[in-house]
Amino acid sequence: MSVDFLIETAKKIQVVINDNSSEIEKLDQEIGDGDHIFNIQRGIKLVIELEPTIKDLIMSKALNQIAMKVLSGIGGSSGALFGTLFMTMAKGNAIDEGVDYKKAIEIFAEGVEAVKQRGKADVGEKTMMDVLIPVSNCLKKGVEDDKDLKEILKEAVEVAEKGMFSTKDLLATKGRASFLGERAKGHIDPGARSSQLMIKTVCESVINS
Amino acid sequence: MKKFMNSADDFLKESLQGFGAAHQDVVSCHYDPNFITRATPTKEGKVALISGGGSGHEPMHGGLVGHGMLDAACPGFVFSSPTPDQMLAAAEKVDSGAGVLFIVKNYSGDVMNFQMAAEMMQGPNESVLTNDDVAVEDSSFTTGRRGVAATVVVEKIVGSLAEHGGSLHECKALGDKVNKNSGSMGVAFSSCTVPAAGKPNFDIGDNEMEFGVGIHGEPGRRRDKMKSAQEITNELLEAINEDLKPEANEEILLFVNGMGGTPLTELYLIYDNAKNMLDKKNIKISRSLVGNYCTSLEMQGASITLTKLDEELVKHWDSNVHTAAMRWGM
Repeated sequence: MSVDFLIETAKKIQVVINDNSSEIEKLDQEIGDGDHIFNIQRGIKLVIELEPTIKDLIMSKALNQIAMKVLSGIGGSSGALFGTLFMTMAKGNAIDEGVDYKKAIEIFAEGVEAVKQRGKADVGEKTMMDVLIPVSNCLKKGVEDDKDLKEILKEAVEVAEKGMFSTKDLLATKGRASFLGERAKGHIDPGARSSQLMIKTVCESVINS
Repeated sequence: MKKFMNSADDFLKESLQGFGAAHQDVVSCHYDPNFITRATPTKEGKVALISGGGSGHEPMHGGLVGHGMLDAACPGFVFSSPTPDQMLAAAEKVDSGAGVLFIVKNYSGDVMNFQMAAEMMQGPNESVLTNDDVAVEDSSFTTGRRGVAATVVVEKIVGSLAEHGGSLHECKALGDKVNKNSGSMGVAFSSCTVPAAGKPNFDIGDNEMEFGVGIHGEPGRRRDKMKSAQEITNELLEAINEDLKPEANEEILLFVNGMGGTPLTELYLIYDNAKNMLDKKNIKISRSLVGNYCTSLEMQGASITLTKLDEELVKHWDSNVHTAAMRWGM
């Protein structure tokens, strides 16, 4: 994983998120306050605009810049959570000496764990953690079992989709949707949908590379 | 959507600029990152109080910056939490060395962003988390009770203690005490529109009200048919009393807060109706506040906050204050 890869993937994510923006907006209007899509779009745009600033930086510094940009530029819960993800990844052990796929999975998993702590949310609470935690576990297990990388990533794409759909029948117990109680049932969580799309894009860009 | 605005992008900046210019004797506004401080530097040895939250609740919190209340406020985008860079810049500006007390309303985004600022901050700091909204059940099945209008009361009372030399630890303890002794509940008759979204946050019928609404128009306990002011007031007070359990002859602060689109005439009518009910229960209204302090843009609606008072709280409530939105004694 290189800084170039981060930027190129962000550009691919931008296309995918834009293509699905009206769906995400609608999901959020149903159980949130409707601003999730704008926050995500703003965040991705800000990261892509960082290209000239970070393209020659070492990995830890580049990830840290992305973290600070996301944190201050998105705001709200999304800014804090994605900021925490990248800030934790930036602290990954020895990442400036090169990040192979095993290292990438290791720091991603550390990031997801930090996001879980920050948001105090676990699987089953109708949030993006219903996608991120199973994906992180699936990636770690794939490495432990010494599976082929493409196999691992294909599985992760499936796990992400399953996690996203699982939020539909859940009660929300974290975030603004939690105030809805039973009224939130029957709706997919918008944060789970946007995370799933991002995971799918990252995995498929590696699979097809 | 009808709003006084030139563009959604400049909405917050222009409003802040106007606020700063109109109240330059009390505050100064700082931009990129945005924060509001007192016009004068923090006295040496005084604990600095910093609050913040999404914009759209004015005068909270910028209008509460000044002598006897906050040292700084961090406004986020409309209904969106401010970010740690704002809080850190504000803290650097107003920390006189005695430490910083963050006053945070219990909303996920605010809590996470203030927490990150506190972790990144070098100097001593503490946080008070307000969660006075009795409409939300405080259980593991929700994010917890929301921080709403009692935040104004916390900021006034703790602001006074800080002004009188209270330590960081003492200020934190008093803030927690005021929060624990306060309960609020609101009701909305109409929705509100975030400028960037351009359409109302929720739909509500002509003959309906959202009972127990949050300060962004989040759902409350139930959607109800319109009722008389006395009935609505009674139901709000019953919900608060059930939680706060004030005893007969206990002294309280009665705070009737407007959500932005309800005229003062109606807020005073609610006060009258609330007094009727509290008198019957022999609960003594010893201090009062009526007005638009913790608003939700142009939403029609109101909330009632009760705070149980003791000698210490009364003393700090009465002490001098001079902010854009509250001024007495000086």
